[in-house]
Amino acid sequence: MSTLIYTIITLFAIGVVSALVLYFVAQKFKVEEDPRIDDVEKMLPGANCGGCGFPGCRGLATALVESDDISSLYCSVGGDACMGCIAEYLGKAAPKKEPTVATVRCGGTCEKRPRTNTYIGATSCAIASSLYVGETGCAYGCLGYGDCVAACAFDAIRINPETGLAEVDADKCTACGACVKACPKGIIELRKKWPKNRAIYVSCVSKDKGAVTMKACKAGCIGCGKCAKVCEFGAITIENNLAYIDSTKCRLCRKCVAECPTGAIKMIGLAPLAKKEPTTKATEPTAPAAAATVKQVENKEA
Amino acid sequence: MKTFPIGGVHPSDNKKWSKASAIEVMELPDVVNIPLSQHIGAPATAVVAKGDKVVVGQLLAEPTGFMSAAIHSPISGTVTAVDMQPNGQGLRQMMVTIKREGDEWDASIDRSPEIVTECTLSSKEIIDRIKAAGIVGMGGATFPTHVKLSIPEGKRAELLIINGVECEPYLTSDYRTMLERGELLVIGTRILMRAIGVEQAVIGVEANKPDAVQHLRDIIGDDKSIKVMMLKTQYPQGGEKQLIAAVMGREVPAPPALPIDVGAVVCNASTAVAVYEAVQKHKPLIERVVTVTGAGVKEPKNLLTRFGTPVSALIEKCGGLPAGDVRVLNGGPMMGRALCNVAMPVMKGCSGITIINGEEAYRGVESACIKCAKCVEACPMGLEPYLLSKQARKKAWEAMEQNDITSCIECGCCQYTCPANIPLLDYVRLGKQTVMGIIRARNAKK
Repeated sequence: MSTLIYTIITLFAIGVVSALVLYFVAQKFKVEEDPRIDDVEKMLPGANCGGCGFPGCRGLATALVESDDISSLYCSVGGDACMGCIAEYLGKAAPKKEPTVATVRCGGTCEKRPRTNTYIGATSCAIASSLYVGETGCAYGCLGYGDCVAACAFDAIRINPETGLAEVDADKCTACGACVKACPKGIIELRKKWPKNRAIYVSCVSKDKGAVTMKACKAGCIGCGKCAKVCEFGAITIENNLAYIDSTKCRLCRKCVAECPTGAIKMIGLAPLAKKEPTTKATEPTAPAAAATVKQVENKEA
Repeated sequence: MKTFPIGGVHPSDNKKWSKASAIEVMELPDVVNIPLSQHIGAPATAVVAKGDKVVVGQLLAEPTGFMSAAIHSPISGTVTAVDMQPNGQGLRQMMVTIKREGDEWDASIDRSPEIVTECTLSSKEIIDRIKAAGIVGMGGATFPTHVKLSIPEGKRAELLIINGVECEPYLTSDYRTMLERGELLVIGTRILMRAIGVEQAVIGVEANKPDAVQHLRDIIGDDKSIKVMMLKTQYPQGGEKQLIAAVMGREVPAPPALPIDVGAVVCNASTAVAVYEAVQKHKPLIERVVTVTGAGVKEPKNLLTRFGTPVSALIEKCGGLPAGDVRVLNGGPMMGRALCNVAMPVMKGCSGITIINGEEAYRGVESACIKCAKCVEACPMGLEPYLLSKQARKKAWEAMEQNDITSCIECGCCQYTCPANIPLLDYVRLGKQTVMGIIRARNAKK
């Protein structure tokens, strides 16, 4: 019986001593943390996607609370509404950004861009692109092994088995930029998000000369410059045999789409321009062909 | 018999198809594309332009800086373009296109068949001639030979090793070179010894080529300074570090250390022949022996081919591609790279074209790693490929750097031995490339 009592007393004494030690140590090494960090973290979406450049939502929350000027910090997942709430809570000026969406700039579907060989290595775009040009003759196009799909935390991008290309679900996309970083070919770009997911963009990044591009892919941009000539807003630039539409300047007028001879300029959520009256004789034969190409593209989108 | 101490595999050598066929001279191509980057280091700078007339052996491009190599015209004719052309991987790189007209050689090249044994040049003169001839390591690594022979201050070469191992399965170009051009190889070895100032040289040959060993021993005769060493057949013995370990029993430390740090200089057997031709005959590097082989090839051959000849012409010469799906490799089955463009020109490092057809052209179905550690056992560099490949998948580049990824020689033993068919080398190589990039960026910042 006495053994039992001694044991209980000893254990109790050890417990008391340890508790005291732990209490004083905890007091000594206490980390003061701003309680607002917890609150801000709760306001953030909690996706931990890393799109803001911080390791996770808590990283951004800490930065938001600690820095005086938060104009350079932004959570694209939460958007303006979320950032507004946080800024109001913290009493700082809210950062604003136009919403963007990831856009896959390659139109080389299986039929437009025929396969010339079969790749049998590891299923990874990064590896395939480090080894060789890819299954088609185009050195710039989408490889279709899905590094972007693996990188997306929001299930917003997938490889369409029919076209062999990556496709973005604009409703799910949060513009975190993970796919942009994952794509070894640099095809994916964050572009301005229009209402109803409308978009006009050059779905090609090939810097090859026109003839080389054409040989590999019928949907490629050949850098002919017709689109740049018709653009009234100066949104289109031609560089390295490639047209680029600045999404911040574009007004979705659709003139370039009608002009593009290869159908490389894609249009989403918009009706093609009504067939215009031919102004000069030179454009007469090309206009119906261009319109037909646009129509095909449009049908595919639908 | 000696071999390297750790790792390695012993795949079926499959040299039987092309082993017995003597070196044949390939017909001259009508048009050649000469890439300006056929070596490790900076691409050469073109010194010819469209419309220029060139003769065989004329300089087409001069080295850009120290770590580069000159490129000479393999045929005579007119330069029709200096432009971007697709290489074997389908990627565009700078090439000089020449349309052939006859076969006119540069007057300074000695084309007589007699063998010039005597060499009284100084070390510097030899290295200058080698540099002018644009010689690079012809085993496949294409490291500029003049860089290798220029021993840095404070270091001393003790032994020259001639690499006649040819451990890569299927390939027989070095083997045929040793058998048919052995005299030139031995003279080339003596010239190389002079260039780096060593008294001793070892020609390493694997045990599966006993006739080559005997032939070279017969040529060398009483000369005690050159020894032919028969090595136990084991892949990748032809790797520089493995060969040094096998011959000298010394381990080359991890990069950036070089073989010269343990007193060794290693040159390929074909390179030694090229050195002979450059130094004694003033002939720049314009041709090499290329093995065209494979189970489905009708007439496997060893062809003495001028650079720039399209690989497709070589395949045609050997009876064309087999029916069905084929994999055409630039090199052997272990280290070779699959080609997606058979119009690729033959280059300085192209020792063979291996054609794999049928079932073997495909990889097995990948299954999960069961941690059997066969890859660890097979790795000749003592790395852990299963771990590295996993880290590469997770993009854990820092961890890969800590695990010495830069030591990887990309020999493919891990992938060869993996019972689960995991593409270990694919991921390890991706990791190596990325980590090397990170290290380069870091050094550039400093």
